[in-house]
Amino acid sequence: MSAIYIRQKAWSAGLIVLFFVAWELFCLATGMSDLVLPRPSQVFVTLYQRFPVLWPHIVQTLATTMFGFVLGVALGVALGATIGVSKTAYDTCYPLLIGFSSIPKVAVVPIFVLWFGSGTVPAVLTALSICFFPIVVNIATGLATTEPELEDVLKALGASKFDILWNVGLPRTMPFFFASLKVAISYAFVGAVLSETVASNRGLGNVMMTASSNFNVPLVFASLFVLAALGVALYVVFSLIEGRVTGWATRKNDVIAT
Amino acid sequence: MRMQPNAQFDGQPVSEEAAATAIELSEASVTFGRGDRAVPALSKTSLKIADGEFVALVGPSGCGKSTILRLVSGLVQPTSGVVIVGGREVAARALRVGMAFQNPTMLPWMTIERNIMLPLKIVEPFRSNFRKLRKTAFRDKANALLEQVGLKGFGSHFPWQLSGGMLQRANLCRALIHEPRMLLLDEPFGALDQFTREELWTILQNLWMTHKPTVLLVTHDLREAGFLASRICVMSARPGRILDDSRVEFARPRTVAMTFEPEFVALNQKLRAFIEDARGAAQQRAG
Repeated sequence: MSAIYIRQKAWSAGLIVLFFVAWELFCLATGMSDLVLPRPSQVFVTLYQRFPVLWPHIVQTLATTMFGFVLGVALGVALGATIGVSKTAYDTCYPLLIGFSSIPKVAVVPIFVLWFGSGTVPAVLTALSICFFPIVVNIATGLATTEPELEDVLKALGASKFDILWNVGLPRTMPFFFASLKVAISYAFVGAVLSETVASNRGLGNVMMTASSNFNVPLVFASLFVLAALGVALYVVFSLIEGRVTGWATRKNDVIAT
Repeated sequence: MRMQPNAQFDGQPVSEEAAATAIELSEASVTFGRGDRAVPALSKTSLKIADGEFVALVGPSGCGKSTILRLVSGLVQPTSGVVIVGGREVAARALRVGMAFQNPTMLPWMTIERNIMLPLKIVEPFRSNFRKLRKTAFRDKANALLEQVGLKGFGSHFPWQLSGGMLQRANLCRALIHEPRMLLLDEPFGALDQFTREELWTILQNLWMTHKPTVLLVTHDLREAGFLASRICVMSARPGRILDDSRVEFARPRTVAMTFEPEFVALNQKLRAFIEDARGAAQQRAG
């Protein structure tokens, strides 16, 4: 790591800290009530004090998010591959998918609750339904960009559609796939929390709902901070995996042979 | 399976009786689309290519040269007529022909070595042994070919670390690794500079002389056709048909210097005249 790299990172870290300091100063200077906008220091203190209470909710939200995310990835890859390979599937599914993804998921949660009762299941399903779409689109795009010449070379060898998909199509979609995973994981959080807010007695969404009805705004913000931190953490995890698996796409010098 | 060796390499035509027919097009035509939108790509064409022959197809652009290639590889079915390859009518299955295009299409996530081994993953009998032999016999096979095209030691490189000319050599290796009886080349050197191109002619000639596949080469470059081919077919403008079919008698191995000798230049002139006529005729029809 070069000195320039470290200096750049130090700068960005410094600016992030500065953002919170500015927020703090702004609240102090204007005498802002913590019912409207709590100071970051208040938020962190609340977070520290209430952490034992928050912890099971954090686990709950993380679990529903991850579960919904994993299912969403599975569904997204399956649908994306189908759409990318078959013209008929593309023509049939694409309008349906776009239609479904345009529906605000808040409107869907009550239906899930009606079907499965409130709690964990609708949260998982909402996370799934909101996060699979970018994966479908990206997998389908990746498959569509396979060079026709290479496909001809392989077909002339007698390769089946599956051979081409397995050896060329799917590996080629990996950069698209990981890009979509990073988007999808934050979507999954939104979905899970959304559902918890509307219909659950567990999870960070529920905590925020209860806290805001009690005017405990610092706790609402503490939950938001936790959500943001979880989102960033998972984003980083997928970025790291992405760098290892699809380094070839970014032409790094430390490419790992797959 | 071994390929039938060509009897001699001096460019003499292999006698029709002695050599088995590798490719036979009889009255084959291809039309893309239907009804009003129908585009005739190839009018009734008959062509017979003996096993181990090196045939170049030249002609104005868009004349159906590539269509013949795609017919032979089974990627396109004839609208009428028959295409027989290796004694069987072409059904788009398991011909195990080697193909190479202008774009080398190496997969960026694999090393050159593994890119070259890709056909072995697909074609039997290699396919069933791929897992077992990919680190040993198959790898050696790939590296032997790489050495033959002057890429020794580049097997473990990634495609983006190689130049265009090097990638095209790797492309030839990939087309040959599964020991195809037939090699179909669609303007393989079209995107390369003159010097690299000439270098690759020599390499391709060597490959042909050692592996003896039947080669069908589509090219725009008349010098390329004259240098490489044992037979040159000139095609008319779209919808294409074969205007002239002549043997190239120069001794092998041919050298780049030979392409500047009077007989070679005369051959070039003759071919050029055919193509200019064809282009002129097409323009008159269009006008």
